Amino acid sequence: MGVIYFDHLAATPLHPRVKEAMTHHIETVYGNPATDNQVGQPAAQALEEARVRVAALINADPKEVVFNSGGTESVNHALKGIAIGLREKGRHIITSNIEHKSVLNSLRTLRLLDYRVTSLDVDQYGLVDPAAVEKAITPETILISIMLGNNEIGTIEPVADIAKIAKKHKVMMHSDAVAAAGIIPVDVQDLGVNLLSLAANQFYGPPGVGALYVRKGTPLWPLLDGGLQENKRRAGTENLIGIVGMGMAAEMARLEMPQRLPRLKALKDRLAQGIKDSIPEIKINGHPTQCLPHLFSVSVEYIEGESLVMMLDDEGIIVATRSACASGSLRASHVLIGTGLGHALAQGTLVFTLGVDNTEADIDKVLNVMPNIVQTLREMSPLYKKEHTA
Amino acid sequence: MAYSPIVMDHFKNPRNVGEIISADGVGEVGNPVCGDMMNVYIKVENDRLVDVKFKTFGCGAAIAVSSMITEMARGKTLQEAMKITNADVAEALGGLPPNKLHCSNLGADALHSAIKNYLDRKAGKVPAEVDLDKEPHHKQREGCYCPYCQKQVEEESPMCIFCGKEIPHEHDH
Repeated sequence: MGVIYFDHLAATPLHPRVKEAMTHHIETVYGNPATDNQVGQPAAQALEEARVRVAALINADPKEVVFNSGGTESVNHALKGIAIGLREKGRHIITSNIEHKSVLNSLRTLRLLDYRVTSLDVDQYGLVDPAAVEKAITPETILISIMLGNNEIGTIEPVADIAKIAKKHKVMMHSDAVAAAGIIPVDVQDLGVNLLSLAANQFYGPPGVGALYVRKGTPLWPLLDGGLQENKRRAGTENLIGIVGMGMAAEMARLEMPQRLPRLKALKDRLAQGIKDSIPEIKINGHPTQCLPHLFSVSVEYIEGESLVMMLDDEGIIVATRSACASGSLRASHVLIGTGLGHALAQGTLVFTLGVDNTEADIDKVLNVMPNIVQTLREMSPLYKKEHTA
Repeated sequence: MAYSPIVMDHFKNPRNVGEIISADGVGEVGNPVCGDMMNVYIKVENDRLVDVKFKTFGCGAAIAVSSMITEMARGKTLQEAMKITNADVAEALGGLPPNKLHCSNLGADALHSAIKNYLDRKAGKVPAEVDLDKEPHHKQREGCYCPYCQKQVEEESPMCIFCGKEIPHEHDH
């Protein structure tokens, strides 16, 4: 029995063309792009080719693309780099309550260094209110960081509106687009952001490589200090094999997106409708329309997510949960709690992230087995009985 | 999710699931906020556990622990059953992942709570209906504190910036 994979947010398989490009690179190039000789030259060429491809995915100038080790580094660099770069201007940063942990914990570090952070509430769909952002701006504010697509509930934030406000108040704007870039069209000109984070493993590229878009003129201090690589923004010899893979993954994402998008959306609709029709007492999370096309988050009453995930795994279905039990920290998801979900319901949350290889048959298999699994676990749950005899 | 084969077996084929109608004692520990909640129902004859059943809201470990404690307790005298510890249950399951030892390993607590409930009922201390609104298993303090110097630290800090000690992962709970 093959595995049915619905955890594309955790990892995506390499696109065949990505595998090909990386293999070809490994076999033909070993030079250091920083060295100006006939061994280094092909490496420098491969690096710049990848840069052009990633820039094209987000409509940026190649000079504005800084390669690094992935989404987490991008976010750390954006937040800490602006904090240092603008430390003489102010020490206040605005963000939301549902950002990725790389944002939350970068800000934790900055708080230790006496930066002040305002974290904004979101509505029941996980949307940040641009008016609330504007209200939170003070003369001390140097940076606003609001994610583009949420990695747990899929909600797409009004980043372009918020970036306009940031620009009006001469504040830097970063958007964590890790869960969105390569999946939906992302255009840094339309968004108007100064900084944008992306990672290759979200769109069929390798893990451990990402990029930070840095608009020309952005006062960004390096996170990693050392040599002059990446236009003096990110020191250290480049992970060129990964970068070549990311370049090809970006190229394929850009070219194939018009075909991928409607397919993903149809599969997600089939899954959402099927679960709604076959399992009572559930809550679908995130915004009903302003949502990533490949992410479906559903909370199931009376049961806990990890046991649900394990039973689905037994049926060959791989899906993620946001229950406290399954997380390393044993805490309920701050994103779900942020949208107003109760702790018990948050515990029963599954996140399906679909990929280009998923089929209608995969969805139907889930719809075939999940109602019975849910019922089995509910029969085992003391909460189920309580609610139903009350 | 590195569970032992015994855990997986008890998770996939849990023993003694359900409620005992007119149970002689009912124990409840945990709450859904912490992630796990366990109810144990017992039937007692001549100071012996003739039937033990459970209902659990929780992860794979919590379900396996519940199933195992009912198996371990069945047929035992009350005295013997009171001697079973959470560690005994974990051992019988072939071990539990470290982070689960803390939150999901409530089986013996739930059993002891059911036995106490039975004894209290017998002594006329409580009505036959169990009070389900007892204090939660975990008392949660606001924020996160260094276990060594007790100063408040940032959430999920790898170390305490006041005393320099590494903060164990379980402390996050």
